[in-house]
Amino acid sequence: MIPAEPVKFYQVGSFAAGNRLLPAELRTVQADASRANSLTSGHRACQGCGEALGARYVLDAAMRATDGALIAVNATGCLEVFTTPYPETSWRIPWMHSLFGNAPAVATGVAAALEARGRSDVRVVAQAGDGGTVDIGFGTLSGMFERDDDVLFVCYDNQAYMNTGVQRSGATPPAARTATTEAVGPEPGNPFGQGKNMPALAMAHGLGYVATATVAELHDLEVKVVRAMEYRGARYLHVLVPCPLGWASEPADTIRVARLAKESGLFPVFEAERGEVTRVSSIRHRVPVENYLALQGRYRHLFGADGTVARPDIVGRIQALADANIARYRLLEGAEP
Amino acid sequence: MTERPFGITLEVGSSLANKTGSWRVERPVYVDRLPPCNDACPAGENVQGWLYQAEEGAYEAAWRTLVEDNPMPAIMGRVCYRPCETACNRAKLDEALGINAVERFLGDEAMAAGWELPAPATHPHPRRVLVVGAGPAGLAAAYHLRRLGHHPTLVDASEHPGGMMRYGIPRYRLPREILDFEVDRLLALGIDLECNHRVDDLAAAMADGGFDATVLAIGAQVGRRTYIPAGDSAKILDAVSLLHSMEGEEPPRLGRRVIVYGGGDTAMDAARTAKRLGATEALVLYRRTPERMPAHPSEVEEALEEGVQMRWLSTITAVQDGKLVVEHMELDDSAFPRPTGAFEEVPADALVLALGQDCDLSLLSSLPDVKVAEGLVDVGGDLMTGHPGLFATGDAVSDERTVTTAIGHGKLAARAAATWLEGRQWQHPPRHQLADFEHLNPWYYADAPKTLRPRLELARRISTFDEVEGGLDETHALFEARRCLSCGNCFECDNCFGVCPDNAVLKLGPGRRYRFDYDFCKGCGICVNECPCGAIVMEPEVG
Amino acid sequence: MLRQIEGSRAVADTVVACRPEVVCAYPITPQTHIVEAVGAAVKSGALAPCRFINVESEFAAMSVAIGASATGARAYTATASQGLLFMIEAVYNASGLGLPIVMTLANRAIGSPINIWNDHSDAMAVRDSGWVQLFAETNQEAADLHVQAFRLAEELSAPVMVSMDGFLLTHAVEQVDVPIQAEVDAFLPPYEPRQVLDPADPASIGAMVGPDAFEEVRYLVHLRQLQALDRIERIAERFAETFGRRSGGLITRYRSEDASVVVVALGSIVGTLKDVVDALRERGERVGVIGVTTFRPFPHAAIAEATGNAERVVVIEKALSPGVGGILSTDVAYAIADAKRRVATVVAGLGGRAITERSLLALLDDALAGRLEPLEFLDLDRGVAEHQLARLADVRRSGAIPENILRDIGVTGFAPHLGVPR
Repeated sequence: MIPAEPVKFYQVGSFAAGNRLLPAELRTVQADASRANSLTSGHRACQGCGEALGARYVLDAAMRATDGALIAVNATGCLEVFTTPYPETSWRIPWMHSLFGNAPAVATGVAAALEARGRSDVRVVAQAGDGGTVDIGFGTLSGMFERDDDVLFVCYDNQAYMNTGVQRSGATPPAARTATTEAVGPEPGNPFGQGKNMPALAMAHGLGYVATATVAELHDLEVKVVRAMEYRGARYLHVLVPCPLGWASEPADTIRVARLAKESGLFPVFEAERGEVTRVSSIRHRVPVENYLALQGRYRHLFGADGTVARPDIVGRIQALADANIARYRLLEGAEP
Repeated sequence: MTERPFGITLEVGSSLANKTGSWRVERPVYVDRLPPCNDACPAGENVQGWLYQAEEGAYEAAWRTLVEDNPMPAIMGRVCYRPCETACNRAKLDEALGINAVERFLGDEAMAAGWELPAPATHPHPRRVLVVGAGPAGLAAAYHLRRLGHHPTLVDASEHPGGMMRYGIPRYRLPREILDFEVDRLLALGIDLECNHRVDDLAAAMADGGFDATVLAIGAQVGRRTYIPAGDSAKILDAVSLLHSMEGEEPPRLGRRVIVYGGGDTAMDAARTAKRLGATEALVLYRRTPERMPAHPSEVEEALEEGVQMRWLSTITAVQDGKLVVEHMELDDSAFPRPTGAFEEVPADALVLALGQDCDLSLLSSLPDVKVAEGLVDVGGDLMTGHPGLFATGDAVSDERTVTTAIGHGKLAARAAATWLEGRQWQHPPRHQLADFEHLNPWYYADAPKTLRPRLELARRISTFDEVEGGLDETHALFEARRCLSCGNCFECDNCFGVCPDNAVLKLGPGRRYRFDYDFCKGCGICVNECPCGAIVMEPEVG
Repeated sequence: MLRQIEGSRAVADTVVACRPEVVCAYPITPQTHIVEAVGAAVKSGALAPCRFINVESEFAAMSVAIGASATGARAYTATASQGLLFMIEAVYNASGLGLPIVMTLANRAIGSPINIWNDHSDAMAVRDSGWVQLFAETNQEAADLHVQAFRLAEELSAPVMVSMDGFLLTHAVEQVDVPIQAEVDAFLPPYEPRQVLDPADPASIGAMVGPDAFEEVRYLVHLRQLQALDRIERIAERFAETFGRRSGGLITRYRSEDASVVVVALGSIVGTLKDVVDALRERGERVGVIGVTTFRPFPHAAIAEATGNAERVVVIEKALSPGVGGILSTDVAYAIADAKRRVATVVAGLGGRAITERSLLALLDDALAGRLEPLEFLDLDRGVAEHQLARLADVRRSGAIPENILRDIGVTGFAPHLGVPR
């Protein structure tokens, strides 16, 4: 007879949000009917908004990790605008918005006040889009990092200024069309060779914990939030959140696009502690970058009318970026997550 | 709290006043699609349904779901040719699910635990129904009639019930204690059985017994013959007779070299039985190519493992002096075998013909309104013959002559007969749309290989009639059940609940699935794309 | 407690006595001595509990204060000049959010040309920000105003900026009765925030307000400022009861009741003007001074009343609105709203230029004689300006104005690397 062994396999394993077969402690926060819903219904995000999803994932996980003792600080941007247009707010947790570029510093102030008032049990999350993180908020963010203030900073990266109408940011990827990097001329879209590698910059600050994640892998994301909350001091979480508006992708494809960003190698998903990469989420089913690009209208200029690649030169350069990530982070190694 | 500043500071959760459902042009709707296993199951088993329960370890509940359609899971778990597994979507991911192994596990668990079949309903006007033939179709028909509260009477010409399950399937595939157990459990529901009762004149039998309806479930018991010039000394017999004789006192004597002619499952059974009876050489001759063999691949594989030899593109032209004259065939342009004129002599002590079976329909001769065509009884969609109240089922109406088909047919005949007894015509309920692989999001299913059933080691297999395939232990049965993709049927993975950016999916609790909150659903469709099993569709918003 | 002490240190010690819980600091002259001393108090444990945060910019300094204040902590920072401008977005934000932050502004000129010395350009740049703006005449008042500022801010739920002249006050060592802890504790109750980020009672702070309510929100900010006028007086009275000395309030009046010429000014120049007034009074001239302690909200009624008997009003201000002239004078004129009396504006002391008693005497002589132009520039070297204007007329690209002026006044030799001007 085949020797008996504990059953470790569960229908959808740990890929879906829940799974009635999993013990409760292995289910996600999002599978819990009594999750915090830190960001509740009635918000004005576009259909299929990745950022709305990512914010609820992160904050609900943080709420569970802190037993509800959480304060969120928000930079100006989509997430702020679509959640708090007077007279309604979609937040159910203490939340504050001050300015576009100062969320890290405001969060520092919140953390400092909590410490001074003897409420270090209450934890602080600051959140911003990519513009509020890598561009206008970079100065205050770097200061907060350097001082190691007790703040988890979360960047919801949708790779451009979506709230103002899809302008380029320092996180816009090469060849992507934005309103300020139009898909015209011999080198259409955003130039190659620009942009900030924000997770690497965060690591360079010597942060205790830096991680990247996408809205496509909920378990991974939640684990990272929980792990981040186990640390004191400055921490950084970079979450890729597709934007149907700015990426010109189908709203229904939001998670699929995020998944392909990771599976193509264009968006490496990893954790780093004290400046060293300590864990990588391996690619499960590697795909060429055009599978990812083809779902997005912002790369339409790379494809012909029949959907085949019309600019193999540019797609090749993007593939080279993915390949470099795969080599650098060893994304094809490691066990099935 | 003091009064908060106007405008800039807001009360939490107040956006619930903003009903974003008005943005929607399409709405997601939960559906149940027909899983391919269920679609392919001739017995109409709700395979996904009972696997869903087995996944949780709720084996009795799973078994109860199973016996809603099929009262003989332990038998089915051994003899079914598993069209469900052929259809299984999981094959496109890694390997098809071992559905049959789980079914057998449940069947065996039920026997060990002594679970009772569900008690028959109490019918306000119970009727008497004659069921001719206690094979799988007749037993199934009687079971379902009894469950509906009617009183079926089974009659069978043989000494014991079971039909071809007893007289056609070798013991090494279906141990008789399993057969007896499940048949007895079924009969214990209050079904009269008369064995050694051959019906020669159905009209008379129906009239004599005063039955309200009749189900004809006589199987195909007559081995088909072909003309082969043969000398007097040639030992030629048909496979049906060979297998039937295995249930008698004396095993038949076949000699050392046995040739089986035919390419179906019965041919395999005959060859493997010959091996077990002591033949040093068992050779299957088939006139077409291996790809065209109707035998189930697993049967062929097991036969080959046991040393059965096979020769394709061969026809037997004569038998004489302990030798067969075999002509080699070749495929013509339309891939049809044609003679080549090349002959060969093959020594043989016995030739077993496994060329198919026919039904003995002579009992219908007194019923002129029952039409017969090409050996099959002509019936409508409700299985009723030209004679009102007479339903025909199983081998008598179908070329698909497997136990599973018979059990499904028996159920159908019972339901049709019961409906007819209510004065209505039975109609097949509408089928759900098929949950084919394209509806699934396979990303979510973790990779997992199929658990192989333990097999009897070879030496023991070919010398005894012990059961060849073992069952799975619970751990592996559970593992196997959990490989189910639950195609087209919500299995409460919480993914829709998790992935909605608008929190517009309400989780209703275990077993109650989910509901869309259309007040807030913007109709983005992420839930549809990310449903692993394809149980959500988008529909245009109306009005 | 009477001490011979630097103004910055007096303010720092007073701020420490006010028990702020979060202090953020970014260095900029001339406010650095204040936060250095507060930082030392935190580091030593003399001020506890308190978090002292060295931020990376003034923008961050005000932002940290915003976060801290919104979390229920008494928050303090200090800045000057460019620093104030760098944080100006957050300055507006703090008042919009109604957060009772107290900030010291060590008044300094704004570049270009860069200049570290005193004037009021920085304070004037944020006059519409919604902050209460108080101006100290002396270091005693600078210290006292901070105690009042915390109370006022927290009662109003609005931020308060205390202006003290850079160098002239911040770096001046003189006798100050530094408020002691027991007195401050008696005067300043613990901070009871009007709104606070609290998991036990969550709220969303900082909503986006559209056209449907924005005007109302701003109107309420305006009303809050008007309410402050009353409170400032009452707090000053209460302060006098507790501390036994008069500080703060809306305005100070010096021999102005019967004056035909009243001078209005902000900050430390008021002290100098008092001496000048005394000298003129000895000559029998009816002159007086009004010091504007509360610049925002602007005490229109008090100014109107205090200038009611004057024939002429002269506003001396250390700021210039190019193309307009005075800034304070605009407010004073609006307060007086009397076509029969002229309000003359005198721009003086820009970029730290000394305002001498001699110049002021001459100025007031002119005022008394009715010789003042509507806009005067005190001690302006018109020769230098006219030379530059002439040069501009000659050569289209005549080089950087500051550089040319420096050469005209003979200091270019100190910067040979600047090269030969065209």
